[in-house]
Amino acid sequence: MIRVVLPAHLRTLVQVTGEVQVEVDGEPTLRSVIDALEARYPVLLGTIRDRATQERRPFVRFFACERDLSHGSIDASLPDAVATGGEPLLVIGAMAGG
Amino acid sequence: MSSVRVLVGTRKGAFVLTSDGKRERWDVSGPHFAGWEIYHVNGSPADPNRLYASQSSGWFGQLIQRSDDGGTTWEPVGNTFAYDGVPGTHQWYDGTPHPWEFARVWHLEPSLTDPDTVYAGVEDAALFRSTDGGLNWRELSGLRKHGTGSSWQPGAGGMCLHTILLDPSNPQRIFTAISAAGAFRSDDGGTTWKPINQGLRSESIPDPKAEVGHCVHRIAMHPSRPNVLFMQKHWDVMRTDDAGDSWREVSGNLPTDFGFAIDVHAHEPNTIYVVPIKSDSEHFPLDGKLQVYRSRTGGNEWEALTKGLPQRDCYVNVLRDAMAVDSLDSCGVYFGTTGGQVYASPDAGDNWAPIVRDLPAVLSVEVQTLA
Repeated sequence: MIRVVLPAHLRTLVQVTGEVQVEVDGEPTLRSVIDALEARYPVLLGTIRDRATQERRPFVRFFACERDLSHGSIDASLPDAVATGGEPLLVIGAMAGG
Repeated sequence: MSSVRVLVGTRKGAFVLTSDGKRERWDVSGPHFAGWEIYHVNGSPADPNRLYASQSSGWFGQLIQRSDDGGTTWEPVGNTFAYDGVPGTHQWYDGTPHPWEFARVWHLEPSLTDPDTVYAGVEDAALFRSTDGGLNWRELSGLRKHGTGSSWQPGAGGMCLHTILLDPSNPQRIFTAISAAGAFRSDDGGTTWKPINQGLRSESIPDPKAEVGHCVHRIAMHPSRPNVLFMQKHWDVMRTDDAGDSWREVSGNLPTDFGFAIDVHAHEPNTIYVVPIKSDSEHFPLDGKLQVYRSRTGGNEWEALTKGLPQRDCYVNVLRDAMAVDSLDSCGVYFGTTGGQVYASPDAGDNWAPIVRDLPAVLSVEVQTLA
Protein backbone atom coordinates (compact mmCIF):
# COMPACT_ATOMS: atom_id res chain seq x y z
CA MET A 1 0.00 0.00 0.00
CA ILE A 2 1.40 3.35 -1.07
CA ARG A 3 0.29 6.52 0.66
CA VAL A 4 -0.01 9.61 -1.55
CA VAL A 5 -0.67 13.20 -0.55
CA LEU A 6 -2.25 15.17 -3.38
CA PRO A 7 -2.29 18.97 -3.62
CA ALA A 8 -5.50 20.69 -2.57
CA HIS A 9 -6.92 21.20 -6.06
CA LEU A 10 -6.48 17.53 -6.92
CA ARG A 11 -7.94 16.41 -3.59
CA THR A 12 -11.01 18.43 -4.53
CA LEU A 13 -11.17 16.72 -7.90
CA VAL A 14 -11.04 13.22 -6.42
CA GLN A 15 -13.29 14.26 -3.55
CA VAL A 16 -11.04 13.30 -0.66
CA THR A 17 -9.84 15.37 2.26
CA GLY A 18 -6.76 13.44 3.34
CA GLU A 19 -4.23 11.04 1.95
CA VAL A 20 -5.12 8.53 -0.74
CA GLN A 21 -3.78 5.00 -0.90
CA VAL A 22 -3.05 2.84 -3.92
CA GLU A 23 -1.72 -0.67 -4.45
CA VAL A 24 0.92 -1.42 -7.06
CA ASP A 25 2.36 -4.70 -8.24
CA GLY A 26 6.07 -5.22 -7.69
CA GLU A 27 8.54 -2.61 -6.59
CA PRO A 28 6.82 0.77 -6.65
CA THR A 29 8.10 3.51 -8.93
CA LEU A 30 6.76 6.95 -9.72
CA ARG A 31 5.32 5.56 -12.93
CA SER A 32 3.54 2.64 -11.31
CA VAL A 33 2.15 4.80 -8.51
CA ILE A 34 0.86 7.46 -10.92
CA ASP A 35 -0.57 4.74 -13.15
CA ALA A 36 -2.38 3.33 -10.12
CA LEU A 37 -3.58 6.77 -9.08
CA GLU A 38 -4.99 7.48 -12.54
CA ALA A 39 -6.61 4.05 -12.69
CA ARG A 40 -8.33 4.59 -9.37
CA TYR A 41 -9.20 8.22 -10.05
CA PRO A 42 -9.57 8.75 -13.82
CA VAL A 43 -10.27 12.44 -13.24
CA LEU A 44 -6.54 12.78 -12.53
CA LEU A 45 -5.67 11.85 -16.11
CA GLY A 46 -3.86 14.84 -17.56
CA THR A 47 -3.51 16.70 -14.27
CA ILE A 48 -0.18 15.25 -13.10
CA ARG A 49 1.21 14.12 -16.45
CA ASP A 50 0.57 15.81 -19.77
CA ARG A 51 -1.99 13.81 -21.70
CA ALA A 52 -0.09 13.90 -24.97
CA THR A 53 3.51 13.48 -23.83
CA GLN A 54 2.98 11.61 -20.54
CA GLU A 55 5.65 13.92 -19.09
CA ARG A 56 5.31 15.43 -15.62
CA ARG A 57 3.50 18.72 -15.90
CA PRO A 58 5.97 21.59 -15.45
CA PHE A 59 4.52 22.93 -12.19
CA VAL A 60 4.08 19.53 -10.55
CA ARG A 61 6.82 18.07 -8.36
CA PHE A 62 7.25 14.81 -6.43
CA PHE A 63 8.77 14.67 -2.96
CA ALA A 64 9.29 11.86 -0.45
CA CYS A 65 11.42 11.41 2.63
CA GLU A 66 12.58 15.02 2.32
CA ARG A 67 13.95 14.34 -1.18
CA ASP A 68 12.89 15.85 -4.49
CA LEU A 69 12.22 12.94 -6.84
CA SER A 70 10.96 15.12 -9.69
CA HIS A 71 14.03 15.04 -11.86
CA GLY A 72 15.01 11.43 -11.44
CA SER A 73 13.88 8.55 -13.59
CA ILE A 74 10.17 7.90 -13.45
CA ASP A 75 11.06 4.22 -13.37
CA ALA A 76 13.43 4.44 -10.39
CA SER A 77 12.38 2.62 -7.26
CA LEU A 78 10.72 4.77 -4.64
CA PRO A 79 12.39 4.98 -1.21
CA ASP A 80 11.80 1.97 1.04
CA ALA A 81 9.85 4.08 3.50
CA VAL A 82 7.36 4.94 0.75
CA ALA A 83 7.23 1.36 -0.53
CA THR A 84 6.39 0.08 2.95
CA GLY A 85 3.81 2.75 3.68
CA GLY A 86 5.88 4.45 6.37
CA GLU A 87 6.13 7.73 4.48
CA PRO A 88 3.80 9.25 1.87
CA LEU A 89 4.68 10.30 -1.65
CA LEU A 90 3.93 13.99 -1.92
CA VAL A 91 2.56 15.39 -5.18
CA ILE A 92 3.18 19.12 -4.99
CA GLY A 93 1.87 22.01 -7.04
CA ALA A 94 4.78 24.41 -7.32
CA MET A 95 4.31 27.65 -5.45
CA ALA A 96 4.04 30.34 -8.10
CA GLY A 97 1.83 33.27 -8.81
CA GLY A 98 -0.61 34.85 -6.40
CA MET B 1 -43.00 32.30 -15.79
CA SER B 2 -39.78 32.75 -17.68
CA SER B 3 -36.50 32.98 -15.88
CA VAL B 4 -32.86 33.50 -16.72
CA ARG B 5 -29.71 31.68 -15.74
CA VAL B 6 -26.42 33.54 -16.11
CA LEU B 7 -23.34 31.33 -16.38
CA VAL B 8 -20.19 33.11 -15.24
CA GLY B 9 -16.64 31.85 -15.66
CA THR B 10 -13.97 33.54 -13.54
CA ARG B 11 -10.29 33.28 -12.70
CA LYS B 12 -11.16 31.31 -9.57
CA GLY B 13 -14.29 29.33 -10.28
CA ALA B 14 -17.71 29.32 -11.91
CA PHE B 15 -20.87 30.97 -10.67
CA VAL B 16 -24.49 30.47 -11.66
CA LEU B 17 -26.79 33.47 -11.22
CA THR B 18 -30.54 32.96 -11.52
CA SER B 19 -33.54 35.27 -11.51
CA ASP B 20 -37.13 35.38 -12.61
CA GLY B 21 -38.18 37.34 -15.66
CA LYS B 22 -38.11 40.64 -13.82
CA ARG B 23 -34.36 40.25 -13.37
CA GLU B 24 -34.35 42.29 -10.16
CA ARG B 25 -33.48 39.72 -7.49
CA TRP B 26 -30.77 37.16 -8.03
CA ASP B 27 -29.65 33.94 -6.45
CA VAL B 28 -25.95 33.25 -6.67
CA SER B 29 -24.52 29.75 -6.56
CA GLY B 30 -20.84 28.98 -6.50
CA PRO B 31 -17.99 28.96 -6.63
CA HIS B 32 -18.06 25.77 -8.59
CA PHE B 33 -14.55 24.34 -9.17
CA ALA B 34 -13.18 26.81 -6.62
CA GLY B 35 -9.68 27.99 -7.32
CA TRP B 36 -9.63 26.85 -10.95
CA GLU B 37 -9.77 29.09 -13.98
CA ILE B 38 -13.10 28.69 -15.72
CA TYR B 39 -12.67 30.14 -19.17
CA HIS B 40 -16.19 29.35 -20.29
CA VAL B 41 -19.50 27.81 -19.23
CA ASN B 42 -22.17 27.33 -21.84
CA GLY B 43 -25.55 25.63 -22.09
CA SER B 44 -27.12 23.53 -24.82
CA PRO B 45 -29.88 25.30 -26.75
CA ALA B 46 -31.45 21.88 -27.26
CA ASP B 47 -31.46 20.97 -23.54
CA PRO B 48 -30.96 23.88 -21.16
CA ASN B 49 -30.05 21.57 -18.31
CA ARG B 50 -27.01 20.34 -20.21
CA LEU B 51 -24.07 22.61 -19.45
CA TYR B 52 -20.41 22.34 -20.34
CA ALA B 53 -17.57 24.07 -18.49
CA SER B 54 -13.91 24.53 -19.34
CA GLN B 55 -11.89 24.11 -16.14
CA SER B 56 -8.16 24.71 -16.34
CA SER B 57 -5.08 25.49 -14.34
CA GLY B 58 -1.52 26.34 -15.22
CA TRP B 59 -0.49 23.65 -12.74
CA PHE B 60 -2.89 20.82 -13.43
CA GLY B 61 -4.03 21.29 -17.02
CA GLN B 62 -7.43 21.09 -18.64
CA LEU B 63 -10.65 19.41 -17.58
CA ILE B 64 -14.09 19.56 -19.12
CA GLN B 65 -17.05 19.36 -16.76
CA ARG B 66 -20.60 18.51 -17.74
CA SER B 67 -23.83 19.13 -15.87
CA ASP B 68 -27.17 17.52 -16.66
CA ASP B 69 -29.14 19.47 -14.08
CA GLY B 70 -28.50 23.09 -14.95
CA GLY B 71 -25.32 23.45 -12.94
CA THR B 72 -26.31 21.91 -9.63
CA THR B 73 -24.04 18.89 -10.03
CA TRP B 74 -21.15 18.28 -12.40
CA GLU B 75 -19.10 15.39 -13.66
CA PRO B 76 -15.74 15.48 -15.40
CA VAL B 77 -15.79 14.17 -18.96
CA GLY B 78 -13.04 13.80 -21.57
CA ASN B 79 -9.97 15.99 -21.54
CA THR B 80 -7.87 14.53 -24.33
CA PHE B 81 -7.37 17.22 -26.98
CA ALA B 82 -4.90 15.61 -29.36
CA TYR B 83 -4.07 17.45 -32.56
CA ASP B 84 -4.69 15.44 -35.70
CA GLY B 85 -1.40 14.07 -37.03
CA VAL B 86 1.90 15.86 -36.58
CA PRO B 87 0.76 19.35 -35.66
CA GLY B 88 3.75 21.21 -37.09
CA THR B 89 4.52 24.81 -36.28
CA HIS B 90 2.97 28.23 -36.24
CA GLN B 91 4.79 31.53 -35.76
CA TRP B 92 5.92 32.58 -32.32
CA TYR B 93 5.75 36.20 -31.18
CA ASP B 94 9.18 36.86 -32.69
CA GLY B 95 8.25 35.29 -36.02
CA THR B 96 10.19 32.06 -35.49
CA PRO B 97 8.48 28.68 -35.95
CA HIS B 98 6.94 27.32 -32.76
CA PRO B 99 5.40 23.88 -32.28
CA TRP B 100 1.67 23.65 -31.84
CA GLU B 101 1.01 22.94 -28.14
CA PHE B 102 -2.34 22.48 -26.46
CA ALA B 103 -2.79 24.91 -23.57
CA ARG B 104 -6.49 25.21 -22.73
CA VAL B 105 -10.06 25.35 -23.97
CA TRP B 106 -11.21 28.94 -24.39
CA HIS B 107 -14.73 28.45 -25.68
CA LEU B 108 -17.37 25.72 -25.73
CA GLU B 109 -20.22 25.97 -28.22
CA PRO B 110 -22.94 23.33 -27.91
CA SER B 111 -24.82 22.27 -31.04
CA LEU B 112 -28.08 24.05 -31.70
CA THR B 113 -29.93 20.73 -32.00
CA ASP B 114 -28.05 17.94 -30.20
CA PRO B 115 -27.08 18.25 -26.51
CA ASP B 116 -24.33 15.66 -26.93
CA THR B 117 -22.57 17.56 -29.71
CA VAL B 118 -20.33 20.39 -28.62
CA TYR B 119 -17.46 22.29 -30.22
CA ALA B 120 -14.35 23.45 -28.37
CA GLY B 121 -12.08 26.28 -29.42
CA VAL B 122 -8.62 25.79 -27.97
CA GLU B 123 -5.18 27.38 -27.56
CA ASP B 124 -2.97 26.76 -29.57
CA ALA B 125 -5.68 27.48 -32.07
CA ALA B 126 -7.73 24.54 -33.23
CA LEU B 127 -11.33 23.43 -33.32
CA PHE B 128 -12.45 20.19 -31.70
CA ARG B 129 -15.85 18.48 -31.65
CA SER B 130 -17.40 15.91 -29.37
CA THR B 131 -20.52 14.01 -30.35
CA ASP B 132 -20.84 12.01 -27.13
CA GLY B 133 -21.42 14.65 -24.51
CA GLY B 134 -17.79 15.61 -24.12
CA LEU B 135 -16.34 12.16 -23.49
CA ASN B 136 -14.23 12.09 -26.65
CA TRP B 137 -12.89 14.98 -28.72
CA ARG B 138 -11.74 14.97 -32.32
CA GLU B 139 -10.02 17.84 -34.07
CA LEU B 140 -11.65 19.32 -37.16
CA SER B 141 -8.18 19.68 -38.57
CA GLY B 142 -9.19 21.15 -41.91
CA LEU B 143 -9.12 24.52 -40.19
CA ARG B 144 -5.54 24.25 -38.92
CA LYS B 145 -4.39 22.56 -42.13
CA HIS B 146 -6.16 24.64 -44.74
CA GLY B 147 -2.91 26.34 -45.69
CA THR B 148 -2.24 29.46 -43.66
CA GLY B 149 -1.76 27.80 -40.24
CA SER B 150 2.01 27.95 -40.31
CA SER B 151 1.80 31.76 -40.50
CA TRP B 152 -0.61 32.22 -37.59
CA GLN B 153 0.80 34.11 -34.64
CA PRO B 154 -0.47 34.45 -31.06
CA GLY B 155 -2.12 37.56 -29.75
CA ALA B 156 -1.14 38.88 -26.34
CA GLY B 157 -3.48 36.40 -24.65
CA GLY B 158 -2.18 33.39 -26.57
CA MET B 159 -3.07 31.88 -29.93
CA CYS B 160 -6.65 31.06 -29.10
CA LEU B 161 -9.70 30.02 -31.06
CA HIS B 162 -12.24 32.03 -29.09
CA THR B 163 -15.33 32.38 -31.26
CA ILE B 164 -17.52 29.63 -32.73
CA LEU B 165 -20.76 30.63 -34.45
CA LEU B 166 -23.18 28.00 -35.77
CA ASP B 167 -25.52 29.11 -38.54
CA PRO B 168 -29.08 28.18 -37.51
CA SER B 169 -30.29 28.23 -41.12
CA ASN B 170 -27.47 26.11 -42.52
CA PRO B 171 -26.09 23.25 -40.38
CA GLN B 172 -23.07 23.01 -42.66
CA ARG B 173 -21.90 26.55 -42.00
CA ILE B 174 -19.59 27.37 -39.08
CA PHE B 175 -17.68 30.57 -38.38
CA THR B 176 -14.63 30.72 -36.13
CA ALA B 177 -12.22 33.44 -35.09
CA ILE B 178 -8.65 33.20 -33.88
CA SER B 179 -6.34 35.71 -32.24
CA ALA B 180 -4.27 36.74 -34.07
CA ALA B 181 -5.09 34.96 -37.32
CA GLY B 182 -8.55 36.22 -38.22
CA ALA B 183 -11.96 34.85 -39.12
CA PHE B 184 -12.63 31.60 -40.95
CA ARG B 185 -15.71 29.91 -42.44
CA SER B 186 -16.62 26.35 -43.24
CA ASP B 187 -19.52 25.53 -45.55
CA ASP B 188 -19.28 21.76 -45.16
CA GLY B 189 -19.75 21.15 -41.45
CA GLY B 190 -16.17 21.88 -40.47
CA THR B 191 -14.31 19.72 -42.95
CA THR B 192 -12.80 22.49 -45.08
CA TRP B 193 -12.22 26.12 -44.23
CA LYS B 194 -11.26 29.41 -45.78
CA PRO B 195 -10.11 32.71 -44.31
CA ILE B 196 -12.76 35.45 -44.48
CA ASN B 197 -10.78 38.59 -43.76
CA GLN B 198 -11.25 40.71 -46.89
CA GLY B 199 -11.74 44.31 -45.82
CA LEU B 200 -10.03 44.01 -42.46
CA ARG B 201 -7.17 46.44 -42.05
CA SER B 202 -4.61 46.05 -39.26
CA GLU B 203 -1.91 48.69 -39.24
CA SER B 204 0.21 46.74 -36.79
CA ILE B 205 0.99 43.86 -39.16
CA PRO B 206 3.42 43.97 -42.09
CA ASP B 207 0.69 43.80 -44.73
CA PRO B 208 -2.33 45.64 -43.30
CA LYS B 209 -4.65 43.85 -45.75
CA ALA B 210 -3.16 40.36 -45.33
CA GLU B 211 -5.28 37.26 -45.85
CA VAL B 212 -4.57 36.23 -42.24
CA GLY B 213 -2.84 37.80 -39.25
CA HIS B 214 -5.65 40.01 -37.99
CA CYS B 215 -6.35 40.09 -34.28
CA VAL B 216 -10.08 39.46 -34.29
CA HIS B 217 -11.38 39.75 -30.74
CA ARG B 218 -14.98 38.61 -31.15
CA ILE B 219 -17.72 38.05 -33.74
CA ALA B 220 -21.47 38.17 -33.10
CA MET B 221 -24.46 37.05 -35.16
CA HIS B 222 -28.22 37.44 -34.90
CA PRO B 223 -29.84 34.05 -35.56
CA SER B 224 -32.42 35.51 -37.93
CA ARG B 225 -29.77 37.01 -40.18
CA PRO B 226 -26.76 34.68 -40.20
CA ASN B 227 -25.06 36.30 -43.17
CA VAL B 228 -24.65 39.51 -41.21
CA LEU B 229 -21.81 39.39 -38.72
CA PHE B 230 -20.44 42.06 -36.42
CA MET B 231 -16.81 41.99 -35.34
CA GLN B 232 -14.86 43.70 -32.60
CA LYS B 233 -11.34 43.63 -33.91
CA HIS B 234 -8.24 44.68 -31.92
CA TRP B 235 -9.00 48.11 -33.28
CA ASP B 236 -12.13 48.70 -35.41
CA VAL B 237 -15.69 47.47 -35.24
CA MET B 238 -16.51 45.73 -38.51
CA ARG B 239 -19.57 44.36 -40.30
CA THR B 240 -20.17 41.92 -43.11
CA ASP B 241 -23.44 41.37 -44.98
CA ASP B 242 -22.18 38.45 -47.05
CA ALA B 243 -21.10 35.89 -44.44
CA GLY B 244 -17.60 37.25 -44.23
CA ASP B 245 -16.73 37.52 -47.90
CA SER B 246 -16.21 41.25 -47.39
CA TRP B 247 -16.07 43.44 -44.29
CA ARG B 248 -16.51 47.16 -43.81
CA GLU B 249 -15.81 49.33 -40.81
CA VAL B 250 -18.78 50.57 -38.74
CA SER B 251 -16.89 52.17 -35.84
CA GLY B 252 -18.55 55.50 -36.70
CA ASN B 253 -18.67 57.86 -33.73
CA LEU B 254 -17.31 55.48 -31.09
CA PRO B 255 -14.93 57.33 -28.78
CA THR B 256 -12.42 54.50 -29.24
CA ASP B 257 -12.91 51.47 -31.44
CA PHE B 258 -10.63 49.20 -29.43
CA GLY B 259 -12.44 46.59 -27.35
CA PHE B 260 -13.12 42.94 -26.85
CA ALA B 261 -16.83 42.14 -26.45
CA ILE B 262 -19.64 42.59 -28.97
CA ASP B 263 -23.17 41.24 -29.07
CA VAL B 264 -26.51 41.63 -30.84
CA HIS B 265 -29.95 42.39 -29.35
CA ALA B 266 -32.10 39.25 -29.19
CA HIS B 267 -35.02 40.74 -31.16
CA GLU B 268 -33.48 43.59 -33.15
CA PRO B 269 -30.83 42.29 -35.53
CA ASN B 270 -29.57 45.80 -36.22
CA THR B 271 -29.03 46.68 -32.56
CA ILE B 272 -25.52 45.90 -31.39
CA TYR B 273 -23.47 46.49 -28.27
CA VAL B 274 -19.77 47.07 -27.63
CA VAL B 275 -17.73 48.21 -24.63
CA PRO B 276 -15.09 50.65 -25.87
CA ILE B 277 -11.71 50.21 -24.20
CA LYS B 278 -9.12 52.98 -24.27
CA SER B 279 -6.36 51.27 -26.21
CA ASP B 280 -4.32 48.13 -26.74
CA SER B 281 -1.87 49.32 -24.11
CA GLU B 282 -4.46 50.59 -21.61
CA HIS B 283 -7.12 47.94 -21.19
CA PHE B 284 -9.71 50.00 -19.34
CA PRO B 285 -12.54 52.38 -20.21
CA LEU B 286 -11.88 55.92 -21.35
CA ASP B 287 -11.60 58.47 -18.55
CA GLY B 288 -12.55 55.94 -15.87
CA LYS B 289 -16.16 55.81 -17.16
CA LEU B 290 -17.65 52.39 -17.84
CA GLN B 291 -19.90 52.83 -20.86
CA VAL B 292 -21.64 50.37 -23.12
CA TYR B 293 -22.23 51.72 -26.60
CA ARG B 294 -25.33 50.73 -28.54
CA SER B 295 -26.03 51.13 -32.22
CA ARG B 296 -29.60 50.70 -33.43
CA THR B 297 -28.52 51.09 -37.03
CA GLY B 298 -26.19 48.14 -37.43
CA GLY B 299 -23.15 50.28 -36.73
CA ASN B 300 -21.72 53.73 -37.47
CA GLU B 301 -24.17 55.60 -35.22
CA TRP B 302 -23.55 54.83 -31.56
CA GLU B 303 -24.99 56.06 -28.26
CA ALA B 304 -23.42 55.78 -24.83
CA LEU B 305 -25.35 53.79 -22.20
CA THR B 306 -24.34 54.87 -18.72
CA LYS B 307 -27.28 54.68 -16.31
CA GLY B 308 -26.22 52.53 -13.39
CA LEU B 309 -22.65 52.08 -14.56
CA PRO B 310 -19.72 53.70 -12.72
CA GLN B 311 -18.83 57.02 -14.32
CA ARG B 312 -15.67 57.74 -12.39
CA ASP B 313 -12.57 55.88 -11.24
CA CYS B 314 -13.46 52.68 -13.10
CA TYR B 315 -10.49 50.85 -14.62
CA VAL B 316 -11.77 47.36 -15.32
CA ASN B 317 -11.79 45.49 -18.62
CA VAL B 318 -14.58 43.52 -20.28
CA LEU B 319 -13.14 40.45 -21.96
CA ARG B 320 -14.24 38.99 -25.29
CA ASP B 321 -16.48 36.22 -23.98
CA ALA B 322 -17.96 38.29 -21.16
CA MET B 323 -21.07 39.77 -22.79
CA ALA B 324 -24.37 38.06 -23.54
CA VAL B 325 -28.08 38.75 -24.06
CA ASP B 326 -31.23 36.98 -22.95
CA SER B 327 -34.27 36.53 -25.18
CA LEU B 328 -37.05 37.74 -22.90
CA ASP B 329 -39.51 40.18 -24.46
CA SER B 330 -37.52 43.08 -23.10
CA CYS B 331 -34.05 41.95 -24.09
CA GLY B 332 -31.63 41.66 -21.19
CA VAL B 333 -27.97 42.53 -21.74
CA TYR B 334 -25.22 41.29 -19.42
CA PHE B 335 -21.50 41.73 -19.09
CA GLY B 336 -18.79 40.86 -16.59
CA THR B 337 -15.64 42.75 -15.73
CA THR B 338 -12.12 41.94 -14.69
CA GLY B 339 -13.04 43.67 -11.42
CA GLY B 340 -15.53 40.93 -10.63
CA GLN B 341 -18.78 42.76 -11.34
CA VAL B 342 -21.54 41.27 -13.46
CA TYR B 343 -23.89 43.98 -14.71
CA ALA B 344 -27.37 43.36 -16.07
CA SER B 345 -29.75 45.57 -17.99
CA PRO B 346 -33.33 44.27 -18.22
CA ASP B 347 -34.27 46.93 -20.79
CA ALA B 348 -31.84 46.52 -23.67
CA GLY B 349 -29.15 48.67 -22.12
CA ASP B 350 -31.10 51.71 -20.94
CA ASN B 351 -30.58 50.94 -17.25
CA TRP B 352 -27.92 48.83 -15.57
CA ALA B 353 -27.39 47.33 -12.13
CA PRO B 354 -24.78 44.94 -10.77
CA ILE B 355 -25.97 41.41 -10.04
CA VAL B 356 -22.76 40.79 -8.11
CA ARG B 357 -19.89 43.14 -7.38
CA ASP B 358 -17.08 41.09 -5.93
CA LEU B 359 -16.46 37.92 -7.91
CA PRO B 360 -12.97 37.01 -9.12
CA ALA B 361 -12.07 38.50 -12.48
CA VAL B 362 -14.80 37.54 -14.94
CA LEU B 363 -13.65 35.65 -18.03
CA SER B 364 -16.97 34.76 -19.59
CA VAL B 365 -20.71 35.36 -19.33
CA GLU B 366 -23.43 33.34 -21.02
CA VAL B 367 -27.19 33.62 -20.49
CA GLN B 368 -29.89 31.01 -20.76
CA THR B 369 -33.52 32.09 -21.10
CA LEU B 370 -35.63 29.40 -19.46
CA ALA B 371 -39.31 28.78 -20.04
